[in-house]
Amino acid sequence: MSKKSMPIEKGHIMMFARAIGDKNPIYYDDDYASQKNKNIIAPPTFIQSSAQFDPDYFLRPKIGEPWFGSGKTPTGLVKSEEKSNEESSSNNILHAEQHFEYHLPVCPGDILTPTSIPGKKWEKESKRAGLLKFSESVTEYRNEKGELVITAKSVGVVTEKTVEN
Amino acid sequence: MLDINKIQVGDNFSEEVVDNLTRTQIVQYAGVSGDYNPIHTDEVFAKEVVGYPSVFAHGMLTMGLTGKMLTNLLGDGNLKKFGVRFTNQVWPGDSLTTKATITEINKESEKTIITLEVTTENQNKIAVITGSATATIS
Repeated sequence: MSKKSMPIEKGHIMMFARAIGDKNPIYYDDDYASQKNKNIIAPPTFIQSSAQFDPDYFLRPKIGEPWFGSGKTPTGLVKSEEKSNEESSSNNILHAEQHFEYHLPVCPGDILTPTSIPGKKWEKESKRAGLLKFSESVTEYRNEKGELVITAKSVGVVTEKTVEN
Repeated sequence: MLDINKIQVGDNFSEEVVDNLTRTQIVQYAGVSGDYNPIHTDEVFAKEVVGYPSVFAHGMLTMGLTGKMLTNLLGDGNLKKFGVRFTNQVWPGDSLTTKATITEINKESEKTIITLEVTTENQNKIAVITGSATATIS
């Protein structure tokens, strides 16, 4: 099992369904699922929570490390770090596109392992946000048998200016 | 769920997927998805450090809400493709409606493959997500 492998858990699926306000019992009720000759399954965007199982995921506070959210001050980063280009631009990273292809259902008990393939990079000028730098990444999630379960393509954009609508 | 014997290209469907989005629901999504970015979870940081008017929803929360409409319409486990572009931000207090239009129907021996154009709009009729979905229904 890779260090980024995601064990698919029933409680996690239930909490995910709650967070998207989805009452469908197929996401938490074993009896309902078996009446339909099915298993509990995960909602279509559940795989995004594989971030929980990535030990290095940068948008989760790490024990013993400074976090860039507020505490005593509006950001937990000290001035020098705050001004570094990488950190200030990370405030302006937005999710531009997300695409999923579903090859097999995702059920409790599955263990999915992601493999990421870097994709294209491109730039575009925008009136609202200045120079936009796009980058694409493709992640394949495979089960323990090595079968392809989900292909996910994500496009991120770094904006020059903060966007408001 | 739609009745595959009665559908036609051009048919429209819609569902309100959230009414008056709360900051708590955004935090709930952060907790379950693992994306704790303070622009979504920390009003002080979002306003004072980045200059947003408030926190705003994860794009993936809006995609999850949109997916709920699609699974209600197309049935459990039937989606084969689902792709979106995030066109505007979603803020606390927003109410979102997902609309889907059938663009293609292919009947094969035991299954029907349906492709839809999908848009989620806020209360001001501004699209926050545009995309498409394909489902196989047997």
